Parts: sequence; C-alpha cells; structure tokens
Amino acid sequence: MLRLNVNGQERTIDGIADDTPLLWVLRDELKLVGTKFGCGVGQCGACTVHLNGQPIRSCQIPAVAAAGQKVTTVEGLSAGAQLTALQQAWIDHDVPQCGYCQSGQLMTATALLKQHPKPTDAQIDQFMTNICRCGTYVRIRKAIHAAAAATAGKGGAA
Amino acid sequence: MSAVINSNAEHHTMIAEFERLLAQPMEAAAAQSLSRRGFMKLSGGVGGGLVLALAVGLPDQASAQGAPPQVPFAPGAYVRISPDGKITLYSKNPEIGQGIKTAFGVILAEELDAAWADVTVEQAEINAAVYGAQFAGGSLSIPTNWDNLRQAGAGARAMLVAAAAKQWGVAESELTTADSNVIHAASGRKASYGSLANAAAALPVPADAKALKLKDRKDYKLIGKRFTGVDNVALVTGKPLFAIDVNLPGMLYASLVKCPSVGGKVASANIDEIKKLPGITDAFIVEGTAKPANVMATGVLPGVAIVGKSTWAVFSARKQLKVNWDHSTASKDSWTDYVAKAKELSVKPAGDKVVRTVGDVDKALASAKPVEGYYQFAFVSHAQLEPQNTVAWFKGDSIELWAPTQLPANSLPLVAGIAGLKADKVTLHQMRVGGGFGRRLLNDFVADAAYVATKVPNTPVKLMWTREDDMEHDAYRVGGFMAYKGVLDEQGKLAALNAHMIGFEDPVSKAPTTASDFGANEFPANYLTDYRSSISRLPLSMPCGPWRAPGSNTMSWVQQSFFHELAVAAKRDHVEFLLEIFGRKAGAAPQAGPPGLNPDRAIGVIKLAAEKAGWGKPLPKGHHLGLAFFFSHQGHIAEIAEVSVDAKKKVTVHKMTVACDIGPVINLSGAENQVQGCVVDAMSTLALEITMENGAAQQVNYDKYPARRMPNSPQVDVHFVQSNYNPTGLGEPAFPPAAPAICNAIFAATGTRIRTLPITKAGFSVA
Repeated sequence: MLRLNVNGQERTIDGIADDTPLLWVLRDELKLVGTKFGCGVGQCGACTVHLNGQPIRSCQIPAVAAAGQKVTTVEGLSAGAQLTALQQAWIDHDVPQCGYCQSGQLMTATALLKQHPKPTDAQIDQFMTNICRCGTYVRIRKAIHAAAAATAGKGGAA
Repeated sequence: MSAVINSNAEHHTMIAEFERLLAQPMEAAAAQSLSRRGFMKLSGGVGGGLVLALAVGLPDQASAQGAPPQVPFAPGAYVRISPDGKITLYSKNPEIGQGIKTAFGVILAEELDAAWADVTVEQAEINAAVYGAQFAGGSLSIPTNWDNLRQAGAGARAMLVAAAAKQWGVAESELTTADSNVIHAASGRKASYGSLANAAAALPVPADAKALKLKDRKDYKLIGKRFTGVDNVALVTGKPLFAIDVNLPGMLYASLVKCPSVGGKVASANIDEIKKLPGITDAFIVEGTAKPANVMATGVLPGVAIVGKSTWAVFSARKQLKVNWDHSTASKDSWTDYVAKAKELSVKPAGDKVVRTVGDVDKALASAKPVEGYYQFAFVSHAQLEPQNTVAWFKGDSIELWAPTQLPANSLPLVAGIAGLKADKVTLHQMRVGGGFGRRLLNDFVADAAYVATKVPNTPVKLMWTREDDMEHDAYRVGGFMAYKGVLDEQGKLAALNAHMIGFEDPVSKAPTTASDFGANEFPANYLTDYRSSISRLPLSMPCGPWRAPGSNTMSWVQQSFFHELAVAAKRDHVEFLLEIFGRKAGAAPQAGPPGLNPDRAIGVIKLAAEKAGWGKPLPKGHHLGLAFFFSHQGHIAEIAEVSVDAKKKVTVHKMTVACDIGPVINLSGAENQVQGCVVDAMSTLALEITMENGAAQQVNYDKYPARRMPNSPQVDVHFVQSNYNPTGLGEPAFPPAAPAICNAIFAATGTRIRTLPITKAGFSVA
C-alpha cells in the first residue's frame, strides 16, 4: 500500500506497480487530472507538481519515491475559492490559449516566486522550462511579474 | 465584375477543403440556411425560463408561422435565460485555444444587451439540426457565424422587450435595453431579463431573423473590449475540461501500437504474453481500415491494441510487446530522396501541371537576366501538447464518446461505420481541445477509440496515444520546394515571374497532398502581365494534413522571401517595392462574397506596420528590420521583425510589429494573444523539422523536436486597423508573414539569404 500526502491530505493507494510514475497515480488513481500528460520523458513540463515545495516532472519519478512526502498539485494551489496572486494574474492577463500546459506552467512559476519573490527576466528564462505549444510565453512573463508586484510588501510570494 | 480584386486562391482552397470535409458546399449552405433560418423555442426544462435557438434548415413553414416546432429538449441552443437572472450562452464550435468560446459569448451577449457579469458560456452539444456546421478550422468560425450569432442574441432581446411591453402595456418602441434589463425611460420602470424570462418564453418567436434590427457598430458595449477567457478560472485551478481528464466508473485504458513505418501491418506479435502482464485485461491484433496517405478520410491503422486497468499498466505492457511488422504495405518515403529528386525537377522551367499562365513568361525570362531563388521547406509536426485520446463507451446499440476533435461532425459517420451503427446512435461530447493547429480536423484517434470500445462492450475505455505515437503518426505539414525566376524592368519594377513548385501527391489516386498545391490566383498572378505558376508532384505516402494556415504558411515564406530578393536586386526599398505592386490594382470597389486579397487593405497594413516599426528610422546598433505581407483566411497582415544576429549566427528577435486588418476585433485580449502565439509558433517552426526514412518519422518526442520555450520570447506589438469589413478569424493569418519577416531581417543583418528551412541547415539558430 502506498501512502501519499497530496494537497495536505493523507491518501492511500492499493495495488499499483512499483514503477508507476507519480503522474499516473495522481491522474488515474486519485483523479487529480489537473496535472497533465504531455510527453512522458520529462521534456514538456505539463506534469509539473511540487514535491516538498520543489517543482518536479511527475512523469519522471515513481510514486513510491514520494511516499510520506508533501505533494502539491494545481488543485492544491489555492485554499478554497481564494485564488493565489499568481492564479489571479494568470486570469487578469488572460494567459491561456488551449490551456493544456497551464497547470504545469503555474506550478513552475509558483516555485519560481518562492525562490525569487521579485524575479528578473533572466531568472524567469532560466526557471520556466515548460513548453507552451500555443506560445503564451509573453503573457506568462507578464503574469509572473504582476504576481510578484502584487505580493511585494505582503511578506510572501504567490 | 471587377477583375481587380483577387479571389484569394488559398482562401478558396480552404473553403473547398472544408466543403469536402463537411460534405456540403459551405457558402451555398450558409446562404440557403439564412433564407430558411428560423427561431425555435426549446423547453426551458425544470428551471423554466427562456431558451432560444436559431435553427438552420428548418422548414419555411415552421419559422414563418412562428410556431415552436416540436423538438426535444435540447440543452444547447444559443441563449438560455433563467428566472433567477442567470444567462447561459452556448458556443457551438470546438474550443482549441483560438478563444472562440469567449468570442462567441461576446457576440451573443452584445446583441442580447446582457451584462457580461451575468453571462456563463458553455460548450454546445454537437447537433447539426440546431447548430449547422460545427468545427474549428480555416479561421472560419467568426466569419461564418457573425450573422447568426448576432441574430440569435437580437432575437432573444426582442422577445424580452415584447414581454416587458405586454406587461407594462406600452409600445415596444418606447423600450430600451441595457445590462440585462429592459427599461421604460418614460415611466422610470426597469425589469431584469430574469424577471421577464418566463413571460418571454410564452411569446411567439420572431418570425424573421433577418428582419431583426442589429446594433450599429458605434453602439457596441462589449465587442472590441478585452475579455479574459471564459474557462480561465477552471484552467488555473485544474478543473477537468479535456477529454483526457474524463473519468468514468469502471473505465479501462487502452493503447494502439502502430508500425513506425506508416502503414505497416502486424505479421505476428506476442499477444499471449502481453495478456498475462499485470493490470492487462486484453490484447489483440488490429487489421486496420485506413490508408496511410488518405488520412482525410481516416480510419484505424493496423497495429496491436492493449487494454488494461490503468494508463501505466498499458504503457508498461507496450514495452514488453514484440511485433514482427510486415513492411510490404508500409511507406518507404525518404526525405533525402525527395530533396535530391526535387532539385533535379527544379531546373525545368515549368512543372507537369501548369496552374496559371498570364502573357508570355518564357519570352520575358529570355529578355533579361532573371533573379533566381530555389527554396526548400521541411515537414513539421503539429506537436499539440495534449496527446491524442478519446473516451469511448460502446453499449451494443449505441456508442458514446468524449473527444478533443476539431471536426466533430465527421467523427459521427466514421464511428458509426466502425461500430456498425447508424450515425444517430453515436453521441459525441465535444471536449476542450488541448491544442489543435489543424491536427484534430482528422478523427483517426476517435476511430481508434471507437474500434477498441467495440471489442470491450459495455465498458468505457480511454484510448491514449503516447507522445511518440503522436509524432510518428501525425498528419504532417507537408514539406516542399519552389523554384522562382523573376524579371525586373529598367525601373527596377517586377515585370515577370515564373514559379515552379515541387510538391507531392498520393501515389495511387494522384490527388494532391493536403496543402501541397498552388492556387490559380496566388499573388502576384493578377498583378503581372507575364506570369506562370506550375507544379511538379512526387509520390508521397506519409500522411499529411492541415497545419495552421495550410498552404499559406509555406507559400508565404517562399514568396515573401523571394519578393525581398527581388527588391534587393532592384536596389529598392522593400516597403516601397511591395506598395508599388499592390498600387497597380489599388482603388477598386470591393466585390461581393467573402473578401479576397484587397490591394488597398494590403497597402494599409504594410504602411501601418512600417510606421509603427520605425521603418527607415535609426535603430539600436546591430538591429535590422525585415518585412513580409501575406493575405490568408480573409486577413490582411503585415509583419516587421527587428532582429540582431551574433557572430555564432544566433538570431535574436527583439520585436515583431504586426499590423492586421481582420475587420472589427471581437475580443481585443484574445486577438492579441493569437497574434503573439503565431509569432512564437513561427519562430519555433523556423528551427524544426520532421525527416522521414523508410516511411518513419525520425523525430518522435520533444527531445528531437524542441518546440520553443520561454527564453527570448520577443516583444510583439499588435496593431489592428479595425476596418468596416465584417470580422474574420485570427487563429491562423498572423502565422504566415512571421517567418519570412524574420528571414528577411536576417538577410538585412548578415547578407545571408535563407532558402532552406529549418534555418539550422544554414548554421543559424533562434535565440
């Protein structure tokens, strides 16, 4: 039996193969489908979640490796209906096109703002390695800067 | 009839393509349905209220009498107003990232005179009887629905006004509307749409949709403003919107493993071993129904299907699968061979098929030393981020599917044929599409799911492609070649042009490969006295299909690059060179029908882009400009790239200035987003290629097909002319001019002309 802490809740999963990537446990077993499958080889970043606050490609680690640790998915970003500053900036700047990569982008950007509350363009370029096939990068950058500005002085990132 | 304004070849090719896809003449059908279009009122269901559909193809009698035809409760239509004031608008076409769900909502809400805050937009069901053609392609959603959506909104508004007039005993002419209210200014009375919904539902529907008064453009409150996408809250909180997110009780998972060489069949496979693997419930050989090159018709390719209890169980089993492929039916195509053959053919002055002849181009070419350019562009993949998938549930006498398709109507007969059912026994739920780019105008993945579902009856099954399946079995953007010869007169004006395209055709039917064609009116056919376009075709069995601005995305690159070569050879300013050509036909009255290439609109956007980009003005050190103009999908777009190139041939695009004439913009935020995305997509595609050997793609995941990421995303300045023509689509037309603008700027910076894509072949990279 696998025990995971996902979005603050203890979850137990039975009968999965030891090599099952965290991605597929989240999507198929826990029905947390906000985390997306894009490439299966750690390239695209659509499957990005946080493991103890750090962004990881969930298609690349077996779920058993996350046992007992804190997993956060896009569904766990905001508490209830209150969106984070970054989610709100995403809406205000109308970032998505098809929207498929956006939860992964948000997870990466959330981790970026934790590490660099006021990121430079160079830091954004270095940190944001997710593919957006629709090419919404111009708006992702704006939304990150906007969220950084919105949270400045509030003592915390998004 | 004016011969001055061209009917753009590409536009009509696209229309023809969709007519084939939809099995109906679109423009004729639209005209016919306008005359027969009538309102129908649908049952409001348990909650009551007004539900109004504007149906196409209703019998004249029903609409003329204003009697609600007997239709079943349809949770669709266009407008639903509940007594509690909630307004639900239904978007009829698939949302693929082009923002249509938001744009359609804005158009409906505008004529309804609803407050945007009261509005929810939902995906409409797939129902041709209510909605007519439902598809996302050809940037046609806006131009083909502009009238009916406005009429639907205005029709609902008219019924609400009539209900208030009756309630208050005043003339309808004394009433106005605003923000979801009917207002009687004279008496100071005001009634919300919600409070009038039940009364409005009891009234007859407007007899004649075309007689409804639509708003003047100056009175628009919503159209032209900025709206954030209607699904954005759901997207940023990870709500299930996509087919891949569908979970049903007892659902199984499946994958169909196909031959890497397209069209190969299964000789044998270790099926019995696979069936015994943990979590696997079934495995079987699929004979297949599709011809590899004939993907527009689509069907199921041969392979091995594996069914199991989780995606990972199925994907893991694929790794244990051993197949002996029978390559006798597989594609043998080789890009290396095509490159060599095309080069040989290109020396011929004309191809096998002459498309258009004006004057005597051979004589013109003999009279002066022509400017020559031979161009080559690679196959590319759609690489949309959501891999192909569909959930299918075969119930013996019916089948239900959840699919990310751009062309749902075509999937219905396809699925019906596979399941041995009548098309009306197929229910397809249109899901948000995780990237389209034309790939999902084909329903092959829907067919895969339907086929596998018939083998596991009464069980929902999610059919998943891997990324490798997706790139290996794409319907690629076709590669190709163009040999140009142009003649300049003594004033340095373009006098004659010979264009010989080397493209592809189906090896059996000889039909042109999708988007490997040359329109008779392609620019500058109607602007020169000596001109010839022709095409030679090589047999190709790799599947190719529509790819964002099909035909135009490559035609623009070869044509607008070569026009820059001509301007340089003529020692003339590129802006002035293009303006002079369009000026030869300027000032003509527009012709009826869908707008073709209009030289005045072309001149307008070229001048606007030049002004905004600072053409001819001093630039930062090392920065250079490149221009391109292209007309496609009814949009006139000029783009100017500002680039610098370092010593290692790394190209940085600092800024792209884009001037668009697509008529009035519906959602300014969405429109700018499309243009920004097109520029990034074009930069990405400049450096990408799919090569094939022995009928197999050599790049099957993002490691070998590195789609562009965040770094160095350029500033994109978008300027809309906002002309008085009817609004047209923007999912595609900003793509074609971007690549030639960048390549022309690279020439300005380095003196190197890029005649082969990807640009990595010439040692360049895009920063």
